[in-house]
Amino acid sequence: MKRQYDLIIIGAGPAGMAAAIEAGKSGVSAMVLGDQWSPGGQVYRAIERVRPEKLATLGADYRYGQHLARQFREAYAEYLPGAAVWQVEPDLIVNFIIEEKAGQIKAKRILIATGARERPVPIPGWTLPGVMAATAADVLLKSHGIVPCGRIVLAGSGPLLFLTAARLVDFGVMVNAVLDTTPFANYISALPALPKALLAHEYLLMGLRMKQRIHRSGIPVYRNVKNIEAEGSNAVETVRFSSNGKTRKLKVDTLLLHNGVVPDTQITQQLDCEHIWYDMQRYWQPLVDKWGNTSDSGIAVAGDAAGIAGAKAAEVSGHLAALEAVYRLKVISRQERDLRAAPLEKRLLREKAVRPFLDRLFRPDPGLLVPSDDRTIVCRCEEVTAGEIRKALELGALGPNQLKSQTRCGMGPCQARMCGLTVSEIIAEYRNEDVSKVGYPRIRPPIKPISVDQLADLELVD
Amino acid sequence: MFKRLDHINEPTVTITIEDRQIKVPAGDSVAAAMLAAGIVTARMTPISSAHRGPYCMMGTCFECLVEIDGVPTQLACQTQVREGMNVTIQRGLRDLAT
Repeated sequence: MKRQYDLIIIGAGPAGMAAAIEAGKSGVSAMVLGDQWSPGGQVYRAIERVRPEKLATLGADYRYGQHLARQFREAYAEYLPGAAVWQVEPDLIVNFIIEEKAGQIKAKRILIATGARERPVPIPGWTLPGVMAATAADVLLKSHGIVPCGRIVLAGSGPLLFLTAARLVDFGVMVNAVLDTTPFANYISALPALPKALLAHEYLLMGLRMKQRIHRSGIPVYRNVKNIEAEGSNAVETVRFSSNGKTRKLKVDTLLLHNGVVPDTQITQQLDCEHIWYDMQRYWQPLVDKWGNTSDSGIAVAGDAAGIAGAKAAEVSGHLAALEAVYRLKVISRQERDLRAAPLEKRLLREKAVRPFLDRLFRPDPGLLVPSDDRTIVCRCEEVTAGEIRKALELGALGPNQLKSQTRCGMGPCQARMCGLTVSEIIAEYRNEDVSKVGYPRIRPPIKPISVDQLADLELVD
Repeated sequence: MFKRLDHINEPTVTITIEDRQIKVPAGDSVAAAMLAAGIVTARMTPISSAHRGPYCMMGTCFECLVEIDGVPTQLACQTQVREGMNVTIQRGLRDLAT
């Protein structure tokens, strides 16, 4: 491992891998830091290790990751798996921790490709063991061949909710119910975006086929679901909800929640890059140009971390960001960059054609994002409820940071990854203000756990 | 409740979880091993002793904090199992004296 690289890429999912492949073609020195133990990110998780029998069932879209991972391994770029980045400094020093040792490397340019994370939507009882994010089931399946058993209910909205249900069915798991919270009104408001979505019709076909599989398997799908509550003493035992106005209760052992994914902006927030609020899907994303350049010189973002657009779009954006990096490093000319970028930009437009439709169809119900029940825990780490947050607002807390000081909301180990968006929504609703004005809690390093011991042993690169 | 899809036919290690010795695939994360062994609780919170278990399985939620080989507050889903590892549920605040 060198002390300095031309390009450091944070993340080894489709965007990170593609960027490494592209950068390698121009001979720049590149280092990819991935926090998982093998490449693939979330969408192609465990792609190198998965058993051949599982590959067929996981589908062609997942299998494609093998091809990408192979190219990545052959690329002229170094790769360090198991490296968790805990701070990126504005003068382009990347601090990470690997096998419990802290390390530091310098770059001429940094590309953040940290992907997406689940949108956390608090419901009463969501902190009970047995209540998990739907993507957790995906991780367990792909990385470990482990599936839920017993009574399983999936609840929420978005393509991944149905994909997870369909996947479980494909692997012979009995799913007891799917609770769909997609508001009926969304179907109407999404219609105008449908013609454009047809340009990328394979996404729509995939969605229809998923729904077909679920329908054919006989799983009851409840629609227009509201007021979901998980109940139990030391683990989830029942789930209560209403569907089309009728109240229901189901026994459950594993409750998988999913409400879409949002960009993982922990690093760009830590760097204080400019962010913009994407209202249609109610999340923050870093302000970037078409090459992924942020408001911070030398720092770019590619893939879902810049805005949710899926695996294929992430791959293309990784190539584009790497081309830009190679141009800025003065290894290729502007003309060559633009020439090589042209077909990629065309492809990106096509991959993104389905987004306006999906983003409208799965627009989160604003009512869902602000817990009405005061007992609902918003900050899981510090056990701060919606009621306590509203009380602090009544007492005059002006914004997310003051709220943090007053209630400890956002001060726990997850550093607002699970509560940040909800806090912004609660404040916006309370003050009848746009979320874009409310802002987000300030994120300070270290963004991954590191001990004083480990810090003390850190060899500085400058 | 969780189960493994297939019989384990890859290299295994023996670890102890809450005084139970089990053989698990060497590629398991501690969190995966716990769930497959029927343990959904990873910790009891420092504030109210509420039971918490893995939620995201990808190192984002910081719920699966367990004590491994005497070292507290380890993220189970981001830690790979090792031969002879001893895992216990973290009950309340970590002991600062360690």
